[in-house]
Amino acid sequence: MIELKQLTKVFTAGGADVKAIDDVSLSVPEGSIYGVIGSSGAGKSTLIRCVNLLEKPTFGQVLVDGQDITRLSDKALRQARHNIGMIFQHFNLLSSRTVYDNVALPLELAGASKQEIADAVLPLLELTGLGDKRESYPSQLSGGQKQRVAIARALASKPRVLLCDEATSALDPQTTRSILALLKDINKQLKITILIITHEMDVVKTICDRVAIMSYGKIIEENEVEQFFLSPKTELAREFVRSAIHEKPITDIESRFSPEPSEGARPVVRITFVGKGIVQPLITKVARQFNTDFNILQADIETVNEKAMGFMMVEIVGEPEQIEQSLAFLKERVQLEVIGYVG
Amino acid sequence: MSANAWELLFKALWETLYMVGLSGAISFLLGIPLGVLLHITREGRILENRLANLILGSIVNAGRSVPFIILMVAIIPLTRLLTGTSIGTTAAIVPLTIAAIPFVARIAEGALNEVPLGLVEAAQAMGASPLQIVTRVLLPEARSGLINGATITLVTLVSYSAMAGAIGGGGLGDLGIRYGYQRFDGVIMLVTVLVLIALVQLLQMVGDRLQQYYDHSK
Repeated sequence: MIELKQLTKVFTAGGADVKAIDDVSLSVPEGSIYGVIGSSGAGKSTLIRCVNLLEKPTFGQVLVDGQDITRLSDKALRQARHNIGMIFQHFNLLSSRTVYDNVALPLELAGASKQEIADAVLPLLELTGLGDKRESYPSQLSGGQKQRVAIARALASKPRVLLCDEATSALDPQTTRSILALLKDINKQLKITILIITHEMDVVKTICDRVAIMSYGKIIEENEVEQFFLSPKTELAREFVRSAIHEKPITDIESRFSPEPSEGARPVVRITFVGKGIVQPLITKVARQFNTDFNILQADIETVNEKAMGFMMVEIVGEPEQIEQSLAFLKERVQLEVIGYVG
Repeated sequence: MSANAWELLFKALWETLYMVGLSGAISFLLGIPLGVLLHITREGRILENRLANLILGSIVNAGRSVPFIILMVAIIPLTRLLTGTSIGTTAAIVPLTIAAIPFVARIAEGALNEVPLGLVEAAQAMGASPLQIVTRVLLPEARSGLINGATITLVTLVSYSAMAGAIGGGGLGDLGIRYGYQRFDGVIMLVTVLVLIALVQLLQMVGDRLQQYYDHSK
């Protein structure tokens, strides 16, 4: 639905060229929710702004619904933009307009009649839970309600694509969850493709189907969300995953912990798995079969893209040979990583 | 004060209102579009154009730097061309308008600059044309700032119109000079000043009310 091909954006600041986006290619499948995550300054905001040409790419193609929008005339681009909704971190609602009139704006711009506007706006206000806020002004709304208005407004012209630029970054965690639930709902009900830019791994974890990690203008890793959580490949990805599963630093065994093996040291492993009730029986079985003990240091079940996903950190105690056999057995069945040793 | 003096006062008040009202209206009509042009050609705005901005800005600055009393005399040929005369209340409207246009333009530009850039981007993302952005986003969002600017302009025009009395423009300023100052009539001078104060207070009050009514940002 959205395809970026060798996208590059160079900013010239103080005589020096800075590549905000460096040869990025990615493809967002139709009907999916696609997350691009990265630290601030990674270029992700510039990336999403290139999709509707708020930012003009220096090089490369932007295909939305098969149409290369970098080649359009101003007029054709405005037409194409009716097909691409966008919401922002700071909502960008017109303070001089009521909720109803804010949502009506894209339709007014497209020259819709009063009746057409009412027919489109009222159901959207219901969908976004703003039925009783029609005549309110944005200044009378909470942050979450403002973002709902912005979502309704972005959907007014019946776009096939919705761009979310840090849409939940200014909201508290509870409001973030309700907005994400609304986005997921919209994605399912309206079959709209959603591209999300965020620095919050929780956003990716909660609603995304696929995720790309951006760092210094490049996409360094890209995967289906479950796969991404199971086996992050780059260090940055591992960091993001650890933050999302709320893994704590291993302070209680820190004095005995070493990343390198030594004589008599026992391995500490991180186990990642999809589905509930899988790992406990497995560990019991391994413990019996190989006569090893499992000392559980941390364990957590998280919901990743509506699926249960478990994370566990264990210390394996036993004879070296049995530990080896246990590890080999587990490796065949779950995602496992030896992160260090305790003596 | 005699009945005659009251008559003079009302006539002068009417002339002032006429001068201020008409020059105010025309200067809004021409100054606001000029302010819009100044705003949209600024760096980073929707129709960024350095040269156009520089030229327009220089003209506006030149217009604002000429002292009003000199402007009045300097543009007498233009005044005569437009109104057929160089003295009288109607003639005074020409210099008042010319002085107010650049003033209004800068005030409008300032009000438009206050509109968050994010709103303009949101409108662009919706497929708004530059004209639509001006009419549907920039002007409505700047409305309370524009009303505030209009109030300042009208108050300034009241004081300029008093100076216009100097070229026979009539009005309260003229009354104060001719009767109060030149004929040493302290009462007329005092009343004239009081009426001017009341007029300015009234304008400011109405302006503030309107601004509050239209301001939904708080």
